[in-house]
Amino acid sequence: MVFIQQLINGLQVGSIYAVIALGYTMVYGIVKLINFAHGEVMMMGAYFAFLAATAGMPIWAVFLISMLGSAVLGMAIERVAYKPLRDAPRISALITAIAMSLFLQNLALVIFKADPKVMPRIVPNIPITVGDLRISSITVITFVVSVAFMALLTFFVNKTKPGKAMRAVSEDKEAATLMGINANSTISMTFAIGSALAALGGILYGVAYTQVAPTMGLLPGLKAFVAAVLGGIGIIPGAMLGGFIMGFVETFAKAYISGRWADAIVFGILIVVLSVKPTGILGKNVREKV
Amino acid sequence: MKKRLLSGVLAIMLIASVFTFAACGGGDTNGGEDSDPIKIGVFGPTSGPIAAYGSAVVNSVKLAVEEINANGGIDGRMIEVYDYDTKGDRAEAISTYNRLRDQDEVVAIIGGTISGETLAVKELAIEDNMPMLTPTATAADVTIDAPSIFRACFLDPYQAAAAARFSIDTLEAQSVAILYNSDDAYSEGLAESYKAVFDEEGLTVTNYIGYTTNDVDFSTALTQIRNADPDVIFLPDYYDSVGQIATQIRDMGLEQVCVGVDGWDSVEIDYAEQVEGYYFVNHFAKTDPDPTVQDFIAAFSEKYDQEPNALGALGYDATFVMAEAIKNAGSTDGQAIIDALASIEYKGVTGTIRFDEQGDATQKDIAIIKLVDGKHELVEKLVVE
Repeated sequence: MVFIQQLINGLQVGSIYAVIALGYTMVYGIVKLINFAHGEVMMMGAYFAFLAATAGMPIWAVFLISMLGSAVLGMAIERVAYKPLRDAPRISALITAIAMSLFLQNLALVIFKADPKVMPRIVPNIPITVGDLRISSITVITFVVSVAFMALLTFFVNKTKPGKAMRAVSEDKEAATLMGINANSTISMTFAIGSALAALGGILYGVAYTQVAPTMGLLPGLKAFVAAVLGGIGIIPGAMLGGFIMGFVETFAKAYISGRWADAIVFGILIVVLSVKPTGILGKNVREKV
Repeated sequence: MKKRLLSGVLAIMLIASVFTFAACGGGDTNGGEDSDPIKIGVFGPTSGPIAAYGSAVVNSVKLAVEEINANGGIDGRMIEVYDYDTKGDRAEAISTYNRLRDQDEVVAIIGGTISGETLAVKELAIEDNMPMLTPTATAADVTIDAPSIFRACFLDPYQAAAAARFSIDTLEAQSVAILYNSDDAYSEGLAESYKAVFDEEGLTVTNYIGYTTNDVDFSTALTQIRNADPDVIFLPDYYDSVGQIATQIRDMGLEQVCVGVDGWDSVEIDYAEQVEGYYFVNHFAKTDPDPTVQDFIAAFSEKYDQEPNALGALGYDATFVMAEAIKNAGSTDGQAIIDALASIEYKGVTGTIRFDEQGDATQKDIAIIKLVDGKHELVEKLVVE
């Protein structure tokens, strides 16, 4: 019974990682950039939600404002920091991404100050009892909302025209441009969607763990990155799979090994994946990218 | 080689003579006229990230001095207080100490506020035989082999023992789960001391789980705790982590009562609902009906327009203890004040202060507080043997 309960705990953490990992993977798929500022977009999203929630807005407005705000922020970051470097060596873009991450973190430090803010409880908490299991309503909401957005994204990418454009640009930007696809706006859209998902992760994280702080994006961001690599970076289902695996590994490491070792084990996965199967679990030689 | 050795010895002698001279100079001026004010110093971080700690102490010391002077000072002599901001920095603390000794010529010091800065000036204070009373530095090292340094607050093993005694005697706990921060010496030390009492009594510690500072998800540990079903949960950490843990305890529907430590002070500001009905031990209770406590709270709130915290209460008490010691000593000579401090017994806001041979407060009252409707409710006051 404890095992199943731990499985559920892992599911909650995992779904947050999965949602954040999606943004990493989509951006990588389309511009071959590891966007290290992604964790900070998540943090900003959490702050947007915090501001909206403290202003007393209803829950749907909190989600909407936070996700829209972050989408705009993501597009702005792309336009200002990454677009000018699109033809530069990849390492330059990577360094810019790290700089962007530090910039956003310090910006939050200046605006919101260092002390953590307490997120209002926008989700009512009713523990649900199923036999011996007790599941908090926040766990259920986290899981349901993330899975719903993942399904929505999968549908969007596979079945709609803009989704098709994304896949085309990801496969071959020049060819896609020749076919009449506007690569710039497609890339902008990818950043917007990825950032909105990061904000979703940020809200769920903030609500579940009650606090928002300028440094909150760092660790979940890194773990989501590992999740994306684990599943195969650039592959959307891979990010989801990687996120859930990370959640389970972290929870079980804490439960059956030691809390002190949990992070070491989680990041150890990155080393193992890179040395054994650098393309990740779902990675193939001919990849179907975003 | 020889030359270098010689010049080294010379240099040490020169430095030593400067110190001796300075110390003598201090003694002479202060021992002088009977109508001269008695100068005492206070220091702590009043700016920077932990400014709240230093400000609480400095403000309370100033308030106490004002009250003492209004009541005629020490045998007719007024107290003059010199306060400096150390920003919590060790180097800054040393230069502050030197300025207090050489420039302001204080006869005694209340400080430091945090352990680091107090340890930084420890050797200097021993060398100068400067009477120093730290209200709040909790590191054990502060008073070890330091005959001139005293401490007004209780130590962590003491409060952990009090929390454990309360859990066993009043809450009648037969088993406990301990969830602590394994990255933090404060939290880990408290967990160990608390566990020791349970082990000694032959009671059960069902879970002893460490987490790291970065952890925000405690559901794994709480699942294990729920499965073990202890009578109480002990959470030795600061209020922001405690708030997060308490929230998840409520989310998961755990019904155990939680017991905490002085780091919990202020948890009710953001997490009143989650910590409702929990207990923690503290230096004083704001709702203690004792007039000493209520008068202090009223005076502090009037002067600074905010409620005092435990650090402020300790700074306030330390000032009265020091004033009493100077009065008992009958002079401003360092050794006389130190001797007077060693034998003092003073009843203040945070309980009765008396010192053991080490210079630590001993057998101090510890307040058990219940959190009710976002307020501190005094349950009982304990003295642990």
